[in-house]
Amino acid sequence: MNLNLNYCASLVAASVLFTATPSYAGNVPESDDTIKIMTGDWTSIGLQGEMMQLILQTVGYNAELVVADDSGRYPGFENGDLHISMETWQTTQLQNLEKSVATGKVLDMGETGLAGVEDWWYPSYMKDRCPGLPNWEALKGCAEVFATADTAPKGRYIGGPVSWGDHDERMVAALDLPFEVIHPGTDAAMFAEMKSAYEREAPIVMWVWQPHWLTSVYDGEYVQFPKFEVDCFDDAAWGPNSADTYDCGKPYGWIKKMAWAGGEDVWPCAYEIVRNYNMDNDTLAALLKKVDLEGMSSTDVATEWLMANDDKWKEWASCAM
Amino acid sequence: MKFRSDVVLLEPMRLLLWAFFFTFVFFVINIGPDWMSSFPEALIFPVAEKVGSGLNWFARDAKIAGVPMQEITRSVASFFDLIIDATVVVLSKGIFTGRGLNVSQLVPPLSWMSIGGCLAIVSYRFGGRNLIVITSIAVLFLVLFGLWQNAMVTLASVLVSVLLAMAIGLALGIWSFKSQNVENVTRGVMNVMQTVPIFSYLVPTLLLFGYGPSAALVATVIYALPPMVHNTVLALKSVPTETTECGVMIGCRPRQLLWQVQLPVALGRLAVGMNQTIMMTLNMVIIASMIGAGGLGFNVLQALRKLDIGSGLEAGMGIVALAIILDRISQAAAQRAANGKHLEPGQRPLWQLLVVWLIFSSVIAFIFTPMQTWPDAWEISTASFWNAAVTWVNMNLFDILEGARNFALLEIMRPFNRFLQSAPWSLVVASVVALAFYLGGFKLAVYCALLMFFILLTGYWAPAMASVYLITISVLMAVMIGYPIGFWLSSQPQLKDTANFILDTMQTLPTLVYLLPAVMLFRIGDVSAVIAVILYALAPAVRYAMVGMSQVSPALLEAAQISGCTRWQTLKWIRFPAALPTLLIGVNQTIMMAFSMLIIAALVGTKDLGQEVLIALNRSLVGEGLVAGFCVACLALISDGLLKAAASKAEVSTIRKMNS
Repeated sequence: MNLNLNYCASLVAASVLFTATPSYAGNVPESDDTIKIMTGDWTSIGLQGEMMQLILQTVGYNAELVVADDSGRYPGFENGDLHISMETWQTTQLQNLEKSVATGKVLDMGETGLAGVEDWWYPSYMKDRCPGLPNWEALKGCAEVFATADTAPKGRYIGGPVSWGDHDERMVAALDLPFEVIHPGTDAAMFAEMKSAYEREAPIVMWVWQPHWLTSVYDGEYVQFPKFEVDCFDDAAWGPNSADTYDCGKPYGWIKKMAWAGGEDVWPCAYEIVRNYNMDNDTLAALLKKVDLEGMSSTDVATEWLMANDDKWKEWASCAM
Repeated sequence: MKFRSDVVLLEPMRLLLWAFFFTFVFFVINIGPDWMSSFPEALIFPVAEKVGSGLNWFARDAKIAGVPMQEITRSVASFFDLIIDATVVVLSKGIFTGRGLNVSQLVPPLSWMSIGGCLAIVSYRFGGRNLIVITSIAVLFLVLFGLWQNAMVTLASVLVSVLLAMAIGLALGIWSFKSQNVENVTRGVMNVMQTVPIFSYLVPTLLLFGYGPSAALVATVIYALPPMVHNTVLALKSVPTETTECGVMIGCRPRQLLWQVQLPVALGRLAVGMNQTIMMTLNMVIIASMIGAGGLGFNVLQALRKLDIGSGLEAGMGIVALAIILDRISQAAAQRAANGKHLEPGQRPLWQLLVVWLIFSSVIAFIFTPMQTWPDAWEISTASFWNAAVTWVNMNLFDILEGARNFALLEIMRPFNRFLQSAPWSLVVASVVALAFYLGGFKLAVYCALLMFFILLTGYWAPAMASVYLITISVLMAVMIGYPIGFWLSSQPQLKDTANFILDTMQTLPTLVYLLPAVMLFRIGDVSAVIAVILYALAPAVRYAMVGMSQVSPALLEAAQISGCTRWQTLKWIRFPAALPTLLIGVNQTIMMAFSMLIIAALVGTKDLGQEVLIALNRSLVGEGLVAGFCVACLALISDGLLKAAASKAEVSTIRKMNS
């Protein structure tokens, strides 16, 4: 029995070694049609998309990255203009994804293993100036601290671009926070404000998400709102405000892969590779730092990681080996 | 478009109309019904949805002779992709084999030494010693700062776009020159094309041509085409009739007349069109890289995303360097061709020199690799200096700037915005129509009214008023700062070259580079947006002020001197009235530039039409993006019509004064 296992193990090892040279299983690629992988306006989806593109290209597929908007992607996936997305965040896309999967044209390809967090975030030095933080109720008492001349007496909270489709205004209303929500047009503007405030140790509270380089460079933490539950969005009675919904923090949780359903028949092995792909927060954060702060291109970072983790991606791609 | 007050109304009639106008104002303010102040929602027509579904149908399902539209456009796209890719391979990438992780380079691209040397040779031949110095500095800047490879990707797409825009522009221009009907149509279409913000046709372009360099190419060509068409028509019209007649008498056929007589004579004026086309193409580099064109624009975006403002500035200056190389060489070439210069005795044809240099330098680069790719370790960078400078300003001057920001925002901008937002629409329309009637007559009044009703009926009135507020404040500031600088520069001829370099830089340096420092110092919101728009619109204001002031005839100035005018009197009574028409056109150009910046300003969180277009782009809403874009065009066309009418009125009155 023992011998048998060892034998099997060495056989697997040998076959992995042999398949390292480009002698792929005869049926891959099943089609020369280009697989379109979505990328977006934040770094991590670009990096993970780049990784998947490299893997698929290496085993013989035609693959390309296509830019699409986070919330605007669904018609593309339903029509087959987009095929694979490496990131769908539970925090903002939960309802959209469920709706799209229900049409039968889009597949839920499973979790990446990453956990997305996004909420109101402040630098640590604000704790002294607004005692009671991170509890959200402290914000009610110290809105003036966060105020500027144009928002006073309300505090100034920087949310995301309007097109990212968040619900900060409803949250502010439901929790009765004396804050004004400011929308920038792009994430770069958000981080410019954070940099400016952090350098001067000036008051700021802003929407920050993870995985992102900011939280590994700047010292700070999230405001603790009433913990999100699905009921919070549907049931007015739930939460501190019994007359309104959205009286809780933002949802946090999985980041899933999704795909166009029609592709399952065209590139079955590629779809299996996507399903097998997984990643964890720490690894990805380290890779993101290389792209965002050290200025390496995502292609180089992805290539470097794949070269160093040969065994991992070849296991995901075992159907093509 | 030009309007003349050729409808001469009798004086009493005019008085009656004015009386009617003021009664109307009084009526709306005091006893007007509600629908006259806020436009009834029931009348708003959901155009955006219709346009969106129409375009979607056109892109996805429409067929021409059985072939799906999308297939046609996609094959056009892949044709252009092929050309761009080939250029990129030669200039920047080289030839690769394998895919994914197994790629390896087979043949390297042309080395920086080869390309830089060719540019230098061409510069020397066309422009002599001065030009070769400029070109060499620009090339060395790109090499030493490690921007060369990406600059060549940008150069590839810019070259293809510029050539395409010039070819199409020239063809349309010639066609318009030959037929008045065609000219009327193209002039209208080009005016709209110039003012619709690029982001709003980006979504339809992406729908038709897919993401990638070719979609960027199409968008860029649409953007850079109008000045080429305008200037071709103007250039051909400026050819003296005697010259044309002479050609006819010699017995030229129409084709020979055009290519061998008219176009060569018109070349000087055509060069203006070329310059504008090149500048506008380079303006587009950032936006093109947002939709997958790569290159220097991508460097800028990448640097700014990680708040490395210094590196963003360097990459931005790389775009400026490319613009200067292309512009100065093409200007020199046009100049040379216009002067009819040919080879001097003993000079070899240019192509021979280039071929010899390419072979020689490629061999050198093969042996000595730093000539092929400049080693990373030898690169220099000033980024940390700029970053430290921004931090220093932030730490030390923020409080002062915050005071200025609060004053501007609370005391000037907000009240003005509130005034515009709460003004009854019927009054705004009536005032603009009255002004149009006063300046340009009946036709212009109807034209403005129609454009305003488009905005009202499509439901974009509130964001349109927000745009008017941003534009008015920015343009006022740009003119107040730019005109005095321009007046002063016009009296300092020795500063002309420096001034031109700075103005070119301001026009081609990507706005994003100074937008983010603005956000750091003035926060997200309207103040940062206005500052970005002012900086961008400053260049045309300064330029037109310089041109306007230097146009005054010396004889007139002499006369003033003889009659004992002081400098101030000369300025007030002679220079200013004579320059007024040009100055008004300058205001018009400043406004046009400001309009084209609205969309970039939206990136720092405005609430105007630009933001509507940006949201539509991000959500891929084809219809909303286009309709909001057309509303921007409507605003721009109204101000264009009014100011041009004002300029010709000023011209008429100046001439009348001079005669008397």
